[in-house]
Parts: sequence; structure tokens; C-alpha cells
Amino acid sequence: MHMTRRQALGLGAGAAALIVAGPVLTPAIAAGPTADEALKAFTGGAEAKAAKVTLSTPEIAENGNTVPVSFSVESPMTSDNHVTEVMLLADGNPRPGVATFRFSDMSGEASASTRIRLAKTQNIVAVAKMSDGSFYMDKKLVKVTIGGCGG
Amino acid sequence: MADPKPRVKVPGTAKAGEVITIKTLIDHKMESGFRKDKKGELIPQQIINKFTAEFNGKPVFSADIRPAVSANPYFQFTVKVAESGTFKFTWVDDNGSSYTDEKTIKVEG
Repeated sequence: MHMTRRQALGLGAGAAALIVAGPVLTPAIAAGPTADEALKAFTGGAEAKAAKVTLSTPEIAENGNTVPVSFSVESPMTSDNHVTEVMLLADGNPRPGVATFRFSDMSGEASASTRIRLAKTQNIVAVAKMSDGSFYMDKKLVKVTIGGCGG
Repeated sequence: MADPKPRVKVPGTAKAGEVITIKTLIDHKMESGFRKDKKGELIPQQIINKFTAEFNGKPVFSADIRPAVSANPYFQFTVKVAESGTFKFTWVDDNGSSYTDEKTIKVEG
């Protein structure tokens, strides 16, 4: 088989990348589900509509060690119609799960704020589970200048 | 290490049915399990993995926490108060300890 110099180099680089990436990627995979899998496990496969949830994040986070994140979900928060849980995911972290918040009909509002770590520029997802079993979500991209997972 | 010190802000008084904002923070390094020490060995994970808030014995808010929550975990949330009572806040550490704080609120009207 004939191979041009460019193809040969490309293959070589690809193989090298695989060898380098292999050991780095393995612990991340072993550590748990991807963001999509975590989302599916949370919703049980149901679709989360992009509505009702407002996620507030900084557009650019200079320090990934502490990124302020807050969310609020439109809901009357009565005993028969309230938000039961909100899950925060960061799809570019070694482990995408950030936290799961549980609300009650005594919450008044389905809103909360916290500070999170982001390893790199990535999407933050907030998924809300309502008491009637429906799901809503919002997604925001946060640009991270210095990652916050140590290493 | 001394026990982490919780700090909680709850308004002292409120009107019945008012939605109040509560801010909580606890001193904790939230060791992620991804950092390495000087010898290049991974430092084992040690985080606050759960936070709960109860009002007069009833759960009102809780959070399951993973290492992606920053050091000195901070949470702000709301509660609709109908009566005077006591809030109890609990933080659970990976090492099995738990730390608590209590605040009372006086509700009028």
C-alpha cells in the first residue's frame, strides 16, 4: 500500500495522541458517568424542555476554583405543584456531577446559589424536576481562564 | 484539625408567609481527590457530601454535594416561614463527622 508522507505523519500523530491520552482519560471514564448519562439517570430518559429554569453564571470565570452559580425555576411552589429537585452538571469536569438540590413546598421559591469548580471552559446545565414528574432545563457556557481541579 | 466552623445568616424576625433568604457557609477545604501531593500521589477525596436544612424538624432544603463544589461550600436558598421556630443546619463530612448549627426566627402576625 502506498502512503503519502502527510498521511504517514497524520497516522503517527494520531497514534501518539492515543497513547498520551489513554492513561489520562482512563481515570475520568472510571470515575463515573458522562454529563449525558447523568442527565438521563436523573430524568429517567424523559425530555427536559428548555424553559422555566434560569441559570445565572459569569460569562468568563478567571478562576475556575470558585465560580458563582445561581438558578431559579418558575413555579408556584405549592404542595401539589412545586420543584422537587434541581441537578447541576458541568460537562467538562472530570466528574460532571456538581450537586443536587432538594426543595419542598416550604421553600417559597425554587432558587439557590453556590460556588463551584470548573476544570476548563464548558457548559453548565441546571435540570429541574417538578412534582408532576416533568423536567425543565437551562444551559450556559462559562469560559474559564484558570482551571480549578488542581493537579 | 479543629472542626470546621459553620456560618449561617437567618433574619431574626419575619412576617408570617414571608419568603426569607438564608445564607450558609462552612470552612472546609473540599479536597477533590484530583490533586496530587509533592510526591505526585493523589490526595484522597475529603469533602462535605451533604447539607441539610430543617425547620422545626421538617426538611426544607438539602443538597447532595460532589467535589465540584468549591472549598468553603456556600449555599443560599429561600424558605417560606409560617410560624416562629428553629432552623437546624447539618453538614456531613466524608470522614463520617457531621457539623451542625441552629438559628431561631421570630414570626409575627
